[in-house]
Amino acid sequence: MSTEPATATTSSEEPMGLKLSIDEEAAHSTIGEVPAESVMETFHLNVFYNDFHAVHDVNLTFGRNEITALIGPSGCGKSTVLRCLNRMNDLVPGARVEGEINYHGQNIYGSKVDPIAVRQHIGMVFQKPNPFPKSIYDNIAYGPRVIGMKVDNMDDLVEEALRGAALWDEVKDKLKQSAYGLSGGQQQRLCIARTIATKPDVILMDEPCSALDPIATAKIEDLMLEMRKDFTIIIVTHNMQQAARVSDRTAFFTAKPDETTGNRTGLLVEFDRTKQLFSNPADERTEAYISGRFG
Amino acid sequence: MSTAAAATASAVTTSTLATGKSQDRNLTSLVFLGALWFSLFFGVVVLFALIVDTAISGADRFDKELFTQYTQSFDPERAEALAATGRDPKDLSAAYTGFKSGIVGSVILMITTALMAIPLGVAAAVYLEEFSSKTSRFSRIVEVNLQNLAAVPAVIYGMLAASLMAAVGAERGIAIGGAVALSLLILPVVIITTREALRSVPDEIRQGSLALGATVWQTTWRQTLPSAVPGIATGTILGLSRAIGEAAPLVMIGFGAINFAPELPYITSKIEAFPLEIYDAAQSSREIVRQAASAGIIVLLAMILGMNALAIIIRNKFQRSW
Repeated sequence: MSTEPATATTSSEEPMGLKLSIDEEAAHSTIGEVPAESVMETFHLNVFYNDFHAVHDVNLTFGRNEITALIGPSGCGKSTVLRCLNRMNDLVPGARVEGEINYHGQNIYGSKVDPIAVRQHIGMVFQKPNPFPKSIYDNIAYGPRVIGMKVDNMDDLVEEALRGAALWDEVKDKLKQSAYGLSGGQQQRLCIARTIATKPDVILMDEPCSALDPIATAKIEDLMLEMRKDFTIIIVTHNMQQAARVSDRTAFFTAKPDETTGNRTGLLVEFDRTKQLFSNPADERTEAYISGRFG
Repeated sequence: MSTAAAATASAVTTSTLATGKSQDRNLTSLVFLGALWFSLFFGVVVLFALIVDTAISGADRFDKELFTQYTQSFDPERAEALAATGRDPKDLSAAYTGFKSGIVGSVILMITTALMAIPLGVAAAVYLEEFSSKTSRFSRIVEVNLQNLAAVPAVIYGMLAASLMAAVGAERGIAIGGAVALSLLILPVVIITTREALRSVPDEIRQGSLALGATVWQTTWRQTLPSAVPGIATGTILGLSRAIGEAAPLVMIGFGAINFAPELPYITSKIEAFPLEIYDAAQSSREIVRQAASAGIIVLLAMILGMNALAIIIRNKFQRSW
């Protein structure tokens, strides 16, 4: 157990909170300094897959031009939360969302909101690079074409997007070649370029480096820091060092098994500035996780 | 362990390894192997013998007249040549049997069938795979029924199409009736193979497209379907190559004994089908016509093999590893 004195947020008798109900435990979450200018907020976000309660009562604020990392052990619902942020979770059969996700003050789960329009503002990069089976050029041009973007010169837009993803110099001579000829890291940067091309506001990244080698990972991390100037980035990562390296704020989630069914429900434990969360976590569970004693 | 003991142990090991026998080659294994080989032999050799026998009996008739003449055509030059060799004068009237009407008819039939079955089958499969809920009771009922429909005897589809054509008051034996029967016959195959082709397109492609703000419709039309084209083409061609050899449903529709070229527009013209014409010729009392039937069988086989080869070429050329 932690050598630090128990904080106010965690009961000393029940250190990991296993005997507490989920509501009681969720009430223990620590929200540190929230961003001054927010782009998105989740408000009492609960996610269900049929009867299974996947995510419990998450309240988060994502700051403009910041990188927010969502970390936590497997099954803690961090990817589910991410996928809710641009309504990609709608595609999972049986998925249901309660609570609100506000994007510039508008609830994206409101009854009149078109999920297609949401995804045009909030792009997504996936865990496994998933370029389309087309040429590099067409991979980039696809997004602007399908959403009916007014483009004066597609060649310029493609170049701009590829430069934005630090891929231009590597592929400028083979734009008409298949995207499948690129390496894994290049493919992932192509997917980022593809997302940039539609000029979204927020970019969600679901473990974007987990299928890549360390060199490719470093390139993507540099790229993210560069992209922060123009976009708001929310990244799910398994890699705590990565969260510490790139993110401005970090949200730590944990998974609480149900006493009867054993199903694990994710809940937010702590949300704060990354420096604060990693150097001086307010919650024991956070400290146990980041020091490698749990998860 | 002493060196002597180690040497003994290794000698024992050596004696069990190097017995000069193989346990894979004992009597039971060999008998079993023989049985397997015999099954293979029976299947392949009988088929091969049948084809060779047919090819030999039709050997004289692999000429251009097989494709350019109608059934029981009379060619005076050929008749004279036959008479000079002292053959049966009865053969003279059918000196030059060919299958032009059947071959032309089958080609028309295949094109019409493809035009009807492919759009319908692909659209049905796209709905089932991309739009309907996969867990719904409706989808599961359709799924089971599709498998059953694929196994329904062809003649049933012929009856169905015949009553359909009668209901709309169409003439018997016209191309469109046969095409309807064959389309119904291959629809389940087209739907099943198209669904498989769509299913083999990874979900990551769909998600990537949707995440950019594309609609499900755009994603299907621009990503999923193009990626599935090789699989769809392969399945469809295999379906058509089954249809081209079918005779029973066409009998139900009233095909047969058409000895002239079809007229425009082909789909409402009375036509003959190649398998039916071969069947008629094979029933002939004259050997020279039966010879033509044998040659026709080989031509039909070659057509089917050609279509299957095309399906394989398409599959290999466009095969993609994800």
